[in-house]
Amino acid sequence: MKQFWVFVKKEFMHIFRDGRTAMILLLMPIVQIILFGFALSNEIKNVKFAVIDHSNDAITTFVTERLSQSEYFIFERDISTEEEADYLIKSSQVSLVVVYGANFRENFVREGKSQISLIVDGSDPNTASGVLRYASSIIASSNEQIMTLSGLTPHSGAKPTFIEPVVELLYNPQMKSAYNFVPGVMGLILMLICAMMTSVSIVREKETGTMEVLLASPVRPVIVILAKTVPYFILSVINLATILLLSVFVLGVPITGSIFWLVLASFIFILVSLSTGLLISSFANTQVAAMLISGLVFMMPVMLLSGMIYPVSNMPYLLQIVAQFIPAKWFIEAVRKLMIQGLPVTSVLKELLVMTSMALAFIVLSIRSFKQRLE
Amino acid sequence: MSADKKPVVAENLSKSFGQVTALQNISFETERGEMFGVIGPDGAGKTTLFRILTTLLVQSSGDAFVDGYDVKGDFRKIREIIGYMPGKFSLYGDLSVEENLNFFASIFKVDPKENYHLIKDIFHQLEPFRNRKAAALSGGMKQKLALSCALIHKPSVLFLDEPTTGVDPVSRREFWQMLDRLKSMGITIIVSTAYMDEALLCDRIALMKNGILLGVDSPAGMVASYKERLLAIKGGDMHSILKALHDIDIVKSAYSFGHEHHAAISPDFTGDAVEKIMLELTSRGFNDALVKNINPSVEDCYMELSAN
Repeated sequence: MKQFWVFVKKEFMHIFRDGRTAMILLLMPIVQIILFGFALSNEIKNVKFAVIDHSNDAITTFVTERLSQSEYFIFERDISTEEEADYLIKSSQVSLVVVYGANFRENFVREGKSQISLIVDGSDPNTASGVLRYASSIIASSNEQIMTLSGLTPHSGAKPTFIEPVVELLYNPQMKSAYNFVPGVMGLILMLICAMMTSVSIVREKETGTMEVLLASPVRPVIVILAKTVPYFILSVINLATILLLSVFVLGVPITGSIFWLVLASFIFILVSLSTGLLISSFANTQVAAMLISGLVFMMPVMLLSGMIYPVSNMPYLLQIVAQFIPAKWFIEAVRKLMIQGLPVTSVLKELLVMTSMALAFIVLSIRSFKQRLE
Repeated sequence: MSADKKPVVAENLSKSFGQVTALQNISFETERGEMFGVIGPDGAGKTTLFRILTTLLVQSSGDAFVDGYDVKGDFRKIREIIGYMPGKFSLYGDLSVEENLNFFASIFKVDPKENYHLIKDIFHQLEPFRNRKAAALSGGMKQKLALSCALIHKPSVLFLDEPTTGVDPVSRREFWQMLDRLKSMGITIIVSTAYMDEALLCDRIALMKNGILLGVDSPAGMVASYKERLLAIKGGDMHSILKALHDIDIVKSAYSFGHEHHAAISPDFTGDAVEKIMLELTSRGFNDALVKNINPSVEDCYMELSAN
């Protein structure tokens, strides 16, 4: 047992002596969360817009004000021609131009409707549809005030609406992408640290020849290998805490379900990932090979098939079957249910069971493939 | 350690990797407290032999014993009593000199102070660098540290696989002096090298080529058993002279040796070989060739044995 802790201490030395790797390991979750949360988000924020107002009456002023008061839109300036609008959008000075037709209020009072055109930069369709959706819903939500402004009472006949919001979303009414990627980033980072780092650090000993010296000594190989997992387990727990704290306090994604079960599910997933790393190390002989195997065979499918980016239910049938064998898929599903939807643990029993049996299978496999000698 | 057992015994040891035969019917024994050299060029099978004896590989056929323990069945016992220093520097470059030593002491469950007398002479030179990372040491210092780590548990048999390859001549000499002192402390040392001059520093040597054991003897005995008369030839156009030597019928074998050529004379020829070779070379237009009789070295023995 004393030997085991000597090895654990040595592993920690390796990690902290290699300052760059240690930094990457500890900063990676922070960078990922910030990247996904702010830079890469497909949420709409601070969209600049210009206004062509042919009417300039109480209603148009009110709608423009409503738009610029929202956190999503920033009023840039008033313009008068469509050419100008074209130029502003082409030169990316604004992403949205709002056009009110002439005699806006008169038309509205007389015919019960009036036209607002929204001109959007469609070069990025995702952003464009987001902008449209947000703008429409803001305009639609102003209906009541608009009717008051136009001198009509809300109950005086047919309800005029300009544009109806089409989508209604459950759990993520603002379509916050953080809700979607926090479970994904958790799965990705834990897999990366546990599987990749563990396997690389074991294979490094093979590559530098220290494994040869260790094998020719009385130390049991099992001790060498298991000691490798302890530091990465601890690092994973730190990263797990970082991710959860960042998502709650920085991204505002609440943990709606039980923290206990969320942490337990994460521990099971860490166990699966660590044993995956051990398994990789038993058939990779160079660090590059270990990295490629964990990168190509494990990381890529995790990202693409785990439901982190594309929902599993949208995949072709064959890929859906493949996805069932990816531990991260089950973990991400469990985190979605426990953390985002706040469902009780009974709803993730299947996920927990699958992950536990995967962990057991991998551990048994990797222990059986431990080598007592060089070949 | 059982005193009546030979430290290392190999019986018809063979090892093949797929189609490649790395070792073929190797048999030898070493005596307690001797320095036993395994001499041969790269690819001779030295490392494979060492890995089988240190229980890192399993032989394809034959048997091997270290201190009476079977390398196959009793590998755990052997791992407790041997010291092994692989050919490649195999310590942790990111740990300091002292941390490496303490680490290896603890995996053998010994207190580094307990056997400090064994490594005192060696480690003394490393003292000034005890906090330096092992990766930042010079080649010679690295070898000293690796040797210290292999010795810290007072092994009964010490296996050193090409310990002086890539080490400067001064450090090489120092290293062999250290091995001599370890030998005097009763440790059996099995050392491999590709340098023929180091063979003379061993008590007994085994010459290897292409996985075959050419012969085992003391360096002196090896040289004494050399039968042929040996000449050294020097001249201007060394390359053409070597070609010419191969054509002369009384020359049994000829090979370049440092800055001269050595030629072994066929036992059938009983006359004055120096004169005969001079004549032959002059008749081929080499007027500046110098020919003299010399005593064979271990390398000449190696050439002779490997030619047969």
